[in-house]
Amino acid sequence: MSVARPLPHESAALHVTGAARYIDDLPVPANTLHLAFGLSPAAHGAIAALDLEAVRTAPGVVHVMTAADLPFANDVAPAAHDEPLLADGIVHHMGQPIFAVAAVSHLAARKAVRQARLEIVERPALLTIDDALAADARYEDGPRIYAKGDAAAAIADAPRRLTGRIEIGGQEHFYLEGQVALALPQEGGEMVVHSSSQHPTEIQHKVAEALGLPMHAVRVEVRRMGGGFGGKESQGNALAVACAVMARATGRPCKMRYDRDDDMTITGKRHDFRIDYDVGFDGDGRVRGVEFRQYARCGWSQDLSLPVADRAMLHADNAYRLDHCRIESHRLRTHTQSATAFRGFGGPQGMVGIERVMDEIAHALGRDPLEVRRVNFYADADGDPEGGLSAPRPSAPPGGISGKMKEADIASRGALHEVAEPVGPVHAPPPGVQTTPYHMPVTDFILHRLTARLAETADYDARRQKVADWNAANAVLKRGIALTPVKFGISFTLTHLNQAGALVHVYQDGSVHLNHGGTEMGQGLHSKVRQVAADRFGIDVSQVRISATDTGKVPNTSATAASSGADLNGMAVKAACDTIRDRIAAYLAGLHQTDAAAIRFEGGQVRAGGEVYDFPRAVALAYMGRVSLSSTGYYRTPDIEWDRIAGRGRPFYYFAYGAAVTEVVIDTLTGENRILRCDILHDAGASLNPALDIGQIEGGYVQGAGWLTTEELVWDDKGRLTTHAPSTYKIPAMSDRPRVFNVALWDGENRAETIYRSKAVGEPPLMLGISALMALSDACAACGPNYPALDAPATAERVLAAVRRARG
Amino acid sequence: MHVRFRLNGDPVAADVAPTATLLDWLRETRGLTGTKEGCNEGDCGACTVIATDADGARTLNACILFMGQLDGMAIRTVEGIAGPDGALHPVQQAMIDHHGSQCGFCTPGFVVAMAAAHLNGRTDHDDQLAGNLCRCTGYAPIRRAAEAAEAAPVPDWMRDAPVKGAEGSDGSEGGAKEAPSHGTVSADWGHRDSLAATGASAQGDPGRAGAGFRPRNADALAGWYAQNPDAVLIAGATDVGLWVTKGLRDLGQVAFLNGVTDLQRIEQGPDGLRIGAGVTMTRMLEAMTDRHPSYAELIRRYGSVQVRNAATLGGNIANGSPIGDNPPALIALSAMLHLRRGDARRSIPLEDFFVDYGRQDRGPGEFVEAVTIPDGPDILRCYKLSKRFDQDISAVCGCFAIARDGGRVTAARIAFGGMAGIPKRARAVEDVLLAGGTVAEAQEALARDFTPLSDMRASAAYRIEAARGMIARACADSPLHVLEVQP
Repeated sequence: MSVARPLPHESAALHVTGAARYIDDLPVPANTLHLAFGLSPAAHGAIAALDLEAVRTAPGVVHVMTAADLPFANDVAPAAHDEPLLADGIVHHMGQPIFAVAAVSHLAARKAVRQARLEIVERPALLTIDDALAADARYEDGPRIYAKGDAAAAIADAPRRLTGRIEIGGQEHFYLEGQVALALPQEGGEMVVHSSSQHPTEIQHKVAEALGLPMHAVRVEVRRMGGGFGGKESQGNALAVACAVMARATGRPCKMRYDRDDDMTITGKRHDFRIDYDVGFDGDGRVRGVEFRQYARCGWSQDLSLPVADRAMLHADNAYRLDHCRIESHRLRTHTQSATAFRGFGGPQGMVGIERVMDEIAHALGRDPLEVRRVNFYADADGDPEGGLSAPRPSAPPGGISGKMKEADIASRGALHEVAEPVGPVHAPPPGVQTTPYHMPVTDFILHRLTARLAETADYDARRQKVADWNAANAVLKRGIALTPVKFGISFTLTHLNQAGALVHVYQDGSVHLNHGGTEMGQGLHSKVRQVAADRFGIDVSQVRISATDTGKVPNTSATAASSGADLNGMAVKAACDTIRDRIAAYLAGLHQTDAAAIRFEGGQVRAGGEVYDFPRAVALAYMGRVSLSSTGYYRTPDIEWDRIAGRGRPFYYFAYGAAVTEVVIDTLTGENRILRCDILHDAGASLNPALDIGQIEGGYVQGAGWLTTEELVWDDKGRLTTHAPSTYKIPAMSDRPRVFNVALWDGENRAETIYRSKAVGEPPLMLGISALMALSDACAACGPNYPALDAPATAERVLAAVRRARG
Repeated sequence: MHVRFRLNGDPVAADVAPTATLLDWLRETRGLTGTKEGCNEGDCGACTVIATDADGARTLNACILFMGQLDGMAIRTVEGIAGPDGALHPVQQAMIDHHGSQCGFCTPGFVVAMAAAHLNGRTDHDDQLAGNLCRCTGYAPIRRAAEAAEAAPVPDWMRDAPVKGAEGSDGSEGGAKEAPSHGTVSADWGHRDSLAATGASAQGDPGRAGAGFRPRNADALAGWYAQNPDAVLIAGATDVGLWVTKGLRDLGQVAFLNGVTDLQRIEQGPDGLRIGAGVTMTRMLEAMTDRHPSYAELIRRYGSVQVRNAATLGGNIANGSPIGDNPPALIALSAMLHLRRGDARRSIPLEDFFVDYGRQDRGPGEFVEAVTIPDGPDILRCYKLSKRFDQDISAVCGCFAIARDGGRVTAARIAFGGMAGIPKRARAVEDVLLAGGTVAEAQEALARDFTPLSDMRASAAYRIEAARGMIARACADSPLHVLEVQP
């Protein structure tokens, strides 16, 4: 078996020797040009004058382009056609590209853009949530509302009630490899593009549109990214399109990479949110009714903000059964970077909202927050005799395709606003089944057992007492501890994206080469998929090679996003491998007059009847028997249906679960704070590769904790991002990881029929980091009688303010 | 200018633009693309290389390492960490075995930093790797890999020797006229040109870089600088590097000071420890470890290993930044600053050097030669407040030298960074303490000393509040810090 083994990352040996190639490392033709953008110095205004003479004559400059020079579409938006590659008269955020320069070197291009003389007549800029609300500047007509039961009545009738607000900051992806693309012009106007992108099909689509070509004239390759985290789902479009149009104009290869400061200034980040809550509850802390108002600062273009905000609504319940619940979501337009996908895709913000509510209820009742969380949990799957998946339903039939779909980016998650999605009739859940606020049955809940085991292994109760003892004895330094759960929905909420393709070749020497639609950004997708393919053929993983993701090999791919990479592409590869394997088996069965189903592929050998062939020998025989040794594979997720306007259906195939206990210490003199210890138990189903999954969990936790503690984005009153480099924007460093860091996998398998019963693991662990915020809240609460209402990120400054509030 | 150095064991002689960076040269001229650009400002460590000279092997950030600094060094990049026959270095094998790479982009920098620590027998991994950022792993597997490789012997090929007999240039003339003076700082407290990020400003002065002068001793430097007072002096380039990589400036005439060995001495004199301006922060940390351990702890959190290996005490003072971490500590210690112009020397209390924001008491052609820390019992307490503990610029840096006789304060020198346009003494606070005032009164007095700014690091109100917290800690009996708390 090659699956379930903790094999190293497929590129590990290349990584550690520096031999792994990223796009900027590729050898390029000698006449390659290097691009840079000239950026808007104002947040909002009209371009009154643009004098590029000094730019054109700057040393090394070969070509300069403005919006007027673009041959076809001036659009790099993933969905709403509202994001010009180069500003067209109006600038909408500080750092928006206005013109592009191609020069003989990266440095020459960067120097040249600073020679522009630019006059902008500034207009009032909407920078904050309050600015946007006052101006009623929003995407979609008004707020989206999902509701179940009668929240207002339930709150009014509840014995206790509280209201509050939490502000949640955004997050810079800080992928170590910045955005980069390389366009190589081909004969006949065709274009080959190398892009550091999670979404090659999107790049292909936007480049084709910008060149006025059909998609078949553009081929996009992605070997690997130096990190993505959602930041390369749509944000690479501008570079790829700029390179392509410049290559078309000059006939020369064009490469573009953002300097780090430009990258942080131009590209979108995680949405910052404000969440207001109004909750009614009883003496046990059980929520009787709750209302959330979620305000998302979306920035200057729509990008993927609608599905991000949807997912925040879809995780407003997290692990808790909320029978009377109303969630109102405002998607606000501001003159700032266009907020985009980031690991969790709105889910983390929604989850922070309900975890804050649990924390505050517990504080109001003087109870352990874990008790309050537990009384609100959904019922465990095994508490229900019918536990497990509900019976499979026939998938919704494909609906009519509207004419509008042809021009929309139907492979983008942002497409839901544009596309009349073929939503079939959404089935009502069976009566008596516990459901989410969006009416989806929860049938696979395991958090009672999982949190019980974690509380035991992490010694939660005893440590909570120790923390209390410490706090009684120490006036200056206070400790805090919190256990928070995660329930995260797995599937693209734009249902049609839940499909994947693969192409597998078996060569006559028995070696296997394959491609699939997913991209490698460090998460180990290729490693897992390679294990799947090796297992299907019963051979060693060294016999299987995966080359660059290529739109010419597998078309119409979905973004590698929504944690879906292994679920979707693993299944597609399995299907392709099984097709070839069955062909070989059928051929050998014919030779041996035996049943094809009895032929075994394992241990590098094929057993047919009494004969044992080495795999290459069996392959050679099949080849000589004129058996096709190449196949595509295809997969689509079953049993999902979703009406995002009504807020009803089954958007997720299943849920991934996990929980974390974090202990912290704070300094009440300065607010300085530190994570001391973290214990995690996480559900990756039957893991395809436990080492890679634990890597996702450790890394996700630290990234999530960073988001909620040290990672602070600061804009000044002109809309300038002042934290535009690692000197001022502080992601966790090595010493910020928990000194004691125990991570374990839940021993179980996915109830849903996923690839080898594994579970998606890319995004869910990020939200384990919420336990750090709640532990800090616990420490602040130890300073006085009042609820500290700690906002995020919990910098030393915010912690000190929360300490002050707690003291009253 | 002409430089000779060793690259992965092989000798290199090259004519280079003095302020071209080693990173660009490696990637664009030599095609050695294993060394990565992550931030281009010395904060992420993806470009880490090992530099070996007479002082031994140490890591540096290649993105802000100028070619003109390399003369005589041996450089080892990630391509030179595995053996000549392709055998993996123990840290490379450990990184594979412990799943220490995910996306792999930071990995070469980590591998080089780990190999350097391994070579030098360092096992304080959190400090050794504080200058390498990873966004994927959460660091736990990298730390496990570093531990796993500790006991393995150092491979032979890792033992570099510096280039023998390398000669500095004599400083042929050239370059632009409007070279920024070493005494100026950019408008942003973070030393970052705030306009740089927008790209559209008319900043920058493209043109060919001037020739680099490499003095071999302080006399040569003094004579030349008096004649060329507009030149830029480059010691570690941890700040000036960004004028080039982010400000895109042509520095014009430059002098590289890393060959001025007589400015790199630490000598015990009759009244104190005299520390040459060219002493790196790494050596400063060693020098303070026993003498003023709280200052040493401050320096441990100053930049990263890569930055401390390059940055010098003189540079941190001379650039006049209000947020440099050395001046508050040195002012609290009553340090004297030694300045020199040509053959003329003068010494002033360090606090008098900082006149106003962006302005120091330093004449044209005058440079910082050394600092003297007076002898005395260690009463110094330093507190560095930043968003992240490691490798972050201070929002507030407070340094306290308070002497007590019984409960009575007999002497108090208190200086803060980040609270004003210059590193500055808190004289009102000192006066209250000397007059026998309470902690609360001392905290109250702080508002008479400072009216700090709000910026991306902290608000003005928080700076005051946190500085008051530091006063409370300095006056408390057992000032336990959160970093000292065990899980």
